[in-house]
Amino acid sequence: MHWRSRMRIELIVNGTTHALDIEPRTTLLDCLRDNLGLKGAHAGCEHGVCGACTVLLDGVPVRSCLMFAVQAEGNQITTIEGITPGQGELSPVQDAFCETHGMQCGYCTPAMILTAHALLNANPNPTREDIVEAISGNICRCTGYAQIVEAIALAAERLSGANRAKDAS
Amino acid sequence: MKAAPFEYVRPRSVDEACDILAGDENARLIAGGQTLVPMMAMRLARPTRLIDINRIAELSFIRDEGDHVAIGAMTRQRSAERDPLLAARLPLLARAIPWIGHAATRARGTIGGSIANADPAAELPLLAITLDAELSYRAGHASQTIAARDFFAGAMTTALPQDGCLTGVRFPVWRGRIGTGFAEVNARRSDFAFAAAAAQVELDPEGLCKRIAIGIGAVAEAPFRLAAAESKLVGMTLDQARVMDAVRAALADIEPMSDPHASPRYRRRVAAELAARAIAEARADALEKPHAH
Amino acid sequence: MTVKPPHLRFVSSDRRVREDRRFVVGKGNFVADVDLPGLRHVALITCPHPAARILNIDASAALARPGVHYVLDGRELAGATLPLMSGLEIPHVPRHPLAVGTARYSGEWVAAVVADTRALAEDAAEDVRIDYEPLPFVLDAEQAIAPGSPLVHEAHGSNVLLDRNFVWGEVDEDFAASPRTLSLRVKWGRSATVPIETFGVVAQWDPWREILDVWASIQMPKYPEQIATALKLPASGVRVHYDVDVGGSYGVKRGIKHSVLACYLARRLGFPVRLIEDRLENMRGGDAHGPERLFDVDVAFDDAGIVRAMKMRALDNVGAYAGRSPFQLGKPIGAIVGPYKIRSVQYRAMAVVTNKTTQEAVRAFGQSPTNFAIERMMDEVADTLGLDRLEVRRRNLIRHDEFPYLIPSGTNYDSGDYETVIAKVLQHTDYEALQAERDAMRRGGKLAGIGIAACLEPNGGNASFEPLLNPKNTTTTWMESCRISVDLSGAITATMHTTSAGQGHETMVATVVGEVLGIDPDRIRVVRSDSLISMPSNSPVGSRMAVMLGGASYHAAQKLKAKLVAIAAHDLGIAPERALYSAGDVVDGGAPDRRRSWDELVTIAHRNMHRMPEGFEPGLSVSHVLQVPTGGTLPTPDGRVQMYPCFSFEFHLVLLSIDPALGTSKIERYTIGHDCGTVINPKIVRGMTLGGVAHGIGAALYEEFAYNEDGQMVAQSLMDYLLPSSHEVPKIDIVHHVTPSPHTVLGQKGSGESGYLGAPAAIANAVNDAVRPLGITVNTLPIKTARLGDLIADALEKKAT
Repeated sequence: MHWRSRMRIELIVNGTTHALDIEPRTTLLDCLRDNLGLKGAHAGCEHGVCGACTVLLDGVPVRSCLMFAVQAEGNQITTIEGITPGQGELSPVQDAFCETHGMQCGYCTPAMILTAHALLNANPNPTREDIVEAISGNICRCTGYAQIVEAIALAAERLSGANRAKDAS
Repeated sequence: MKAAPFEYVRPRSVDEACDILAGDENARLIAGGQTLVPMMAMRLARPTRLIDINRIAELSFIRDEGDHVAIGAMTRQRSAERDPLLAARLPLLARAIPWIGHAATRARGTIGGSIANADPAAELPLLAITLDAELSYRAGHASQTIAARDFFAGAMTTALPQDGCLTGVRFPVWRGRIGTGFAEVNARRSDFAFAAAAAQVELDPEGLCKRIAIGIGAVAEAPFRLAAAESKLVGMTLDQARVMDAVRAALADIEPMSDPHASPRYRRRVAAELAARAIAEARADALEKPHAH
Repeated sequence: MTVKPPHLRFVSSDRRVREDRRFVVGKGNFVADVDLPGLRHVALITCPHPAARILNIDASAALARPGVHYVLDGRELAGATLPLMSGLEIPHVPRHPLAVGTARYSGEWVAAVVADTRALAEDAAEDVRIDYEPLPFVLDAEQAIAPGSPLVHEAHGSNVLLDRNFVWGEVDEDFAASPRTLSLRVKWGRSATVPIETFGVVAQWDPWREILDVWASIQMPKYPEQIATALKLPASGVRVHYDVDVGGSYGVKRGIKHSVLACYLARRLGFPVRLIEDRLENMRGGDAHGPERLFDVDVAFDDAGIVRAMKMRALDNVGAYAGRSPFQLGKPIGAIVGPYKIRSVQYRAMAVVTNKTTQEAVRAFGQSPTNFAIERMMDEVADTLGLDRLEVRRRNLIRHDEFPYLIPSGTNYDSGDYETVIAKVLQHTDYEALQAERDAMRRGGKLAGIGIAACLEPNGGNASFEPLLNPKNTTTTWMESCRISVDLSGAITATMHTTSAGQGHETMVATVVGEVLGIDPDRIRVVRSDSLISMPSNSPVGSRMAVMLGGASYHAAQKLKAKLVAIAAHDLGIAPERALYSAGDVVDGGAPDRRRSWDELVTIAHRNMHRMPEGFEPGLSVSHVLQVPTGGTLPTPDGRVQMYPCFSFEFHLVLLSIDPALGTSKIERYTIGHDCGTVINPKIVRGMTLGGVAHGIGAALYEEFAYNEDGQMVAQSLMDYLLPSSHEVPKIDIVHHVTPSPHTVLGQKGSGESGYLGAPAAIANAVNDAVRPLGITVNTLPIKTARLGDLIADALEKKAT
């Protein structure tokens, strides 16, 4: 059988367009890691349960192991590398995770933080229940989630505080 | 856990997708992919060609058609979950969709994909059965419709022809003093249900049941209606004992599935309980609403 | 929250965890992130039968595929390497990375394919034709020891790997003298820690330097040595890189079989090789299952509920090979009476092979199942007598003034104040209000129960179960090391010599060194060595690092301080006793204006040999190798041993409700009282404890490597092996208490297993309190929804008729 075994595609990742020549069967996760060197997305189960591979697709959290890279042409893909403000700098959410120690081994952490970013973009003042629901698709085996929930609540508080200060000035 | 090789095509129209399907019996459509991709990763599914219908604009819509609301097959579950028209006209869907998977899988998962996949424990087939939805598909450049009750043939099996592409689903809109209820039991909130029940009722001004639909999912190979219970309950007060008697009787002849998670008798017993809870929730919901004018 | 002892400046203060910064930006260095030029990938072919003879392996079609480099089978590998170490004297139960001749469980690795990409390796794996002859198999431990059972290892002659009967004290006499006895049988289901990162290893052989470089997500002692032994290399030829971040382990990341396989391939093929388990390989054949243990317990007590004696038989289904699992029956000997004054104990430990996946070390190393058995026993004693369960425990607790307390099996508990911890929890939770809440739920038609568990976390890493269970093993030390150097610029670098899996060891070392030196820990660099420039380490197992690495870094820092003081005293011309160290500077106690600053002392040590005391080495480099406190002795012939040096305590209090119609349980309230001595970093200890409880919730209610009767694992993906999500873990309150250990430098004890030690017991006791009115007892974990629902339905039906 004749296979069109490779395809040329363009992916927009963290605002930059990348031209790629890949097999259709390459998942978005593998493409980000192996073709683009973005190692912050992690493989945990490769069948869509653990959430460690979560990235943002047009701002919405999705499992990058449950998409083929060829399907993501034209979408805005955001990875943990894309929300890190700069060398040595942390986003307010990343800083809040450090403040509460919302992690241990760090394996689920980038996905958890991306999920938190998406939540706070859509809902700047989430309740505890909102946070629990938002991260329920991201399994963390280390923390029991409490310090993660606290991190997101802290980030929300700080971000809304920042907004208020801005409005007031 | 990597998929076997396949060719990827992204047709621009449904007819083009169907043509490719017709020409290759090992081709498969991919919608949200939230079930298909893990199956491919485990090589339990190995299409030679993957036909991506995600970009076909005509498949993505939520439309008010008066007596019906029509939903395009490629409509994301997440979009449906947040749609105000759907919340107003199909409150049962609004109530049940949050039970599907997680937010991250609903972001990709589609209304039509879940129905076409026909997992016995999935919520959307249950909703289609409960509300007597009408499914539309294209095959051989012709549009066809089929009632949901004729569509689900068994676990992961449907009446959709090999070269057919599900295009949409039309849910009838109930008018009047409507209430909805949904209940399911699972190990973890986001898991597939061991049993699920959906109910929609219309009450008359006296609070008696004027119309009722009760659906059960995850118990048998395909979702089904408790028709015997429905006919017993019309015209009655939906009190707890009567409801329970009716649903138990209606479930007596069902042969429930068995799997490592739940025994058949668990499924039968719990299905009755969930149905009663869904009906009670629907009734309470309807009673909160103003009388029909 | 933790109260900081006033004499401590950095220890116990709520400092950030330095490792977190790299993780929040996705810059951890996980094994899958290690990329080498020319790296090739391994996929595994697994046996589809629970037991089968391997008749033929035909790899020709696979090898004909482009991009495929090699197909390795068990015969070749076993011919070139030595069997993996088991720890027991069982020569006829050899364990190899790939099955040799016979495969002994469904999912066992039979062959490995090496290709340019993992996907190509999987394609080729489908082309390898293997002919099997299925063999009889046995899945259940009791059936495996029954006469006529199929033998998992024919040459071994039986399915029993270990059967030791210990008698400590006058057990028979105490039973005879007790007015009451009862028996119970409890079962701990097969579960494990299932980290989100599977095991992975990357290996590269340099034939010119004759060094094998290894990067792995590993958590085990003596890893480089075991690779070297298996490959018949000197250990100086294996360089394990300890700067790999391990994506969760909690015991199971002991991929020695994966590592020997990948290392062999890298040497054989001459290019770097990577083996990262996919989730199916991990669940089925990664040999990372945990205990599956049946306990038969007899207990002798009096009418007041005072427990005098206990007989416990623990029968563990270890799977097809020894792994580390038989030793998991050994650790609990060091806390076999829990926190109670039980004066005599008989303990029979049996490890049995079956045709299931091999077990590895799991968090708490067998102690959590044992605690579950003891705590179920205490509840049963109370119920039999109609006494309050809390009161019965209180009557049996070891009192604060009785430490050190020698238990019958020969271990001295170091310290504890169990009654105070319990009192604090009861006060925090308002026990009476909790009971009222339970009763109100019951009146509302729900089943509701309160569960308690009081238990110990032995820690500090004195792995005396090795010589205890294998007399040929004479190990009496499990040391840990730290080296500290001050460079010419005055900057401080401390070195640790093992990997970490999220325990924050870099933070801990910096905190302890900073505490001793009076210098801000943020100014102290902590790095990880590789195994060839390493000092001895035994890796972060057995909740040992606070005690052992904390202790080693403390002593190394003290040595550095002493050296600085000696140099300063010599340079000032005063007696060392008169020289006072203060935050890096040294002052003349008799004339405070005379001092030597940090920078001056660094300069003297690095440049001015003529100003150094006689006999001093130049530079500022110190190290310390810490022997395990209380270690150093072999077990007595009658099987008594000081197992671990330190004993943390935890007390769990749970309110749980059950929907009787559905069998669904919900944890309504959860409080844990926790005493691990001096807390070094409160954020870390809190996280470990909460994570341990979550893990315990999984073991109690959700997680099981279930098999069907055909010997196939039915929970082999994360769709069926159910890890608790944020929905399933309730809000948990922690009440801290500090009882310092006399054996450690800061009074610290270990905490890595906390939460998990008692959560399964407490939840099981809560379920039992809830269903007791129906006349049901639930003694099997996990307590799955539908199974519980069926039990309740049966009981209700019985009650109705």
